[in-house]
Amino acid sequence: MAERTVAVASRVGLHARPAMLFTQAVAACGVPVTIAKQGGPPVDASSILFVMSLGVPHGEEVVLTAHGEHADRVLDELVALLSTDLDAPEAGADAAAAGASS
Amino acid sequence: MTAATVGAPAGGVLHGVGVGRRAVVGPVAQVRPAPVVPGDAVLTVDGEPATVAQTHAAVERAFTEVVDGLRAQAAAARGTVADVLAATAQMAADNALRSQTLARVDAGEPPVAALDGVVQMFATMFEQAGGYLAERVTDLRSVRDRVVARVLGLPDPGVPHLDHPSVVVARDLAPADTAALDLDKVLAIVTELGGPTGHTAIIAGQLGLPCVVRVAGVTDLEDGVEVAVDAAAGTVTPHPDAGLRAAYERRHAAEELLGADADPGATADGHAVALLANIGTAADAERVAASGAGAEGVGLFRTEVLFLERTQAPTVEEQTAAYAAALRAMGGRKVVVRTLDAGADKPLAFAAQHDEENPALGVRGYRLVRSAPELLRTQLEALGRAQEATGTTPWVMAPMIATADEAREFAAAARAAGVATVGVMVEVPAVALRARDVLAEVDFVSLGTNDLAQYTMATDRLRGELADLLDAWQPAVLDLVATTAAAGAEAGKPVGVCGESASDPLMALVLVGMGVTSLSMAAGALPAVRFALRRHTREQCVAMAAAARGARSAADGRAAVLALAEAEVRDTLAL
Repeated sequence: MAERTVAVASRVGLHARPAMLFTQAVAACGVPVTIAKQGGPPVDASSILFVMSLGVPHGEEVVLTAHGEHADRVLDELVALLSTDLDAPEAGADAAAAGASS
Repeated sequence: MTAATVGAPAGGVLHGVGVGRRAVVGPVAQVRPAPVVPGDAVLTVDGEPATVAQTHAAVERAFTEVVDGLRAQAAAARGTVADVLAATAQMAADNALRSQTLARVDAGEPPVAALDGVVQMFATMFEQAGGYLAERVTDLRSVRDRVVARVLGLPDPGVPHLDHPSVVVARDLAPADTAALDLDKVLAIVTELGGPTGHTAIIAGQLGLPCVVRVAGVTDLEDGVEVAVDAAAGTVTPHPDAGLRAAYERRHAAEELLGADADPGATADGHAVALLANIGTAADAERVAASGAGAEGVGLFRTEVLFLERTQAPTVEEQTAAYAAALRAMGGRKVVVRTLDAGADKPLAFAAQHDEENPALGVRGYRLVRSAPELLRTQLEALGRAQEATGTTPWVMAPMIATADEAREFAAAARAAGVATVGVMVEVPAVALRARDVLAEVDFVSLGTNDLAQYTMATDRLRGELADLLDAWQPAVLDLVATTAAAGAEAGKPVGVCGESASDPLMALVLVGMGVTSLSMAAGALPAVRFALRRHTREQCVAMAAAARGARSAADGRAAVLALAEAEVRDTLAL
C-alpha cells in the first residue's frame, strides 16, 4: 500500500472545478485510490460526490492511498495535481491533457 | 370573478399569490414531479418479479441513459442552462453513486430503496457541509428522480420540451428547472408551492412573465388544457370563457395605453418621483434602455450575478468591463450599483461560510468585508475605473448594513476608490430605526423591502407557507419605511425603494405618501406604477400612507388604501 499526504493548493479548495479535474484524473489512472481528511475515514477518490462532500478548504492536508504495482507512480502524479492551483484557467488544459495521456 | 374554494376541482377558479400584473391565456405544460413510488416497489419483467441480475442490468442501463440524456441536453443548450445540465450530468455519472447503488441491488435491496439510500447518504453529507454544497442537493435529487423514472419505465421528470407557447405548471421549480426552460415559449409560470419573493417569482418578474405561486390543485390539470392566468388577481382559470378572454384583451389594450406614457414619474400635482429599473447584468441595462419603458435610470444593479456560479471572483478587468457596459447602456442616466450581496440564499463557491446555523443572520452582504475584504476592494476599484472609462458617475450602495459605523467605513472605502455618491441599503431594522445616524454618513439610502420584511417579521423569505407574515403591507414594516423616509426628508437626502413592494402600484402610492423619493422595480412594472402616480395627488398619497399605517393588519391596511384609490386606477389595473 502506498500513501501520500498533500495540502490542497487550489484557492477554492477541493470543490467545483478542482474536484472535477481531480476525480477525472483518478478515474483515468486505473487504480483504486482513496482520499481522506487527516484522521477522517477514507472515501473513493474517483467519486466527485465523495470528494466534494469532504469539503476540503484551501491549504488543508489530505491523505491519498492506493494499492497495486503502479500505486506509487499514480500517487506521485495525483500529489502533483493537488499541489497546483486547479482553479487557474490554464490548469484545466494541462490536467485534461495529463488525464488523457495516462 | 367568483370566489372559489382553494383546491377547487378542475373547472373551478384556482387561487394563489400573484407576482406581476399581466394576464395571459395558454395551454398547460406540466413539469413532471418526482416519481412517487414506494421504496420497496419491485421491478417486473414480463409480469414476473425481476431477478437480482435483471434489476442490476436495469439500474445500470438507467444510469447510462440518464447521463447520455443530460449530456445531449447540455450540448444542445447554451450559457447557464448548459452549465447547470453539465453539472447534473456529472453527478449522474458519479462512480460511487452507481457502484454503491448496484452493490445494494446485488444484496437484494429493491432498486428504488437502494438508490434512495445512497442518494440520502450524499444529501446528508452535502447538507452538513452547508453553503454551496447544500444547494447542490437539489441537483442530486433530480438525478435520483430521473434514474428512478428510467428504471420503472415512467415519463422523464423535469421540464418538458415546449413545442409552442405554454403556461408552465409545476409543484415547485428548482433553479436548475428554471434554467432549463426555453423562455421564448413560456407564457406564464404557475407553481403549487414557492413564495412571492422566492427564486421563481423573482426570475419571472425580471422576464416580465406573469406568475402565480401557491396555487393548490394546479398540478392536477392535464397537459394541454387552456388556462387563463391572472398575476394581478392571483388566479388560474381552466377553460376560460369568451367573456374572460375579452376582459384580458381589454387589459392588454389598457397596458399598451399605459406603456405609451414614458415621461418621468410624477403625481397628479407634479411632485416628481424617479421611476427606475432593477437589473442584474449589462445586457439587462441594454434591454431596459431599448424597451421604451421610460426608466429614468437604474435603481438597483445587482452585481452578484457576475459572481454566482463561478469558482473564483471575477477580476477587476472583467468587472470594469461589465460595469462600464451597463453605464454606457444607460447613457448618462442614474445607475445605482449595489456591491456584492452574497451569502445566505446566494452562496459563493469562493467565499462560502460553511458552518453557519443561520445564514440569513450570518456573514452576508457587506459583512463579507470581515472575511474577504479583497472582494469589496476589487469591486470598488472596478467601479472607479468604469467611471473613468465612461465619464459617467455611478452611485454605489452596500447591502446588509446594520450600523452607522459600517456605513461610515463603506463610504470611506467607496470615496477612496473615486466613487463620490455613496449610499447604503436599509434592510436591517436597526438601520431603519437609526436612519438619522446612518444618513449622516452617506448621501442616500435605498430600502430593500423584501429583506426588511424578512428581518422585521422574523420570517424566512424562502418559506412560502409564511408568505402572509412577509407581506410588505405589515404595519410594522411600513412603520420602519416611514421612519427611514422621515429621516431622509429631515437630512434632505434621497430615500429610494428597490424591493418588490415598489412594483405594487397601490403600495407605490403609500411609499410616495411617506416621502420616498424614487421607486426601482422590474422594468415591466413601470407603466402601471407610473399610471397610478399620475392619477393621484401628493396629498392623496399622504392620506393613503396614514391609512396603511393606521390599520392593525396587512389586509386591513391594503383594503383601506384601496378604498382611497381612484376608481379608474382600480379598474384599469385590476387592483
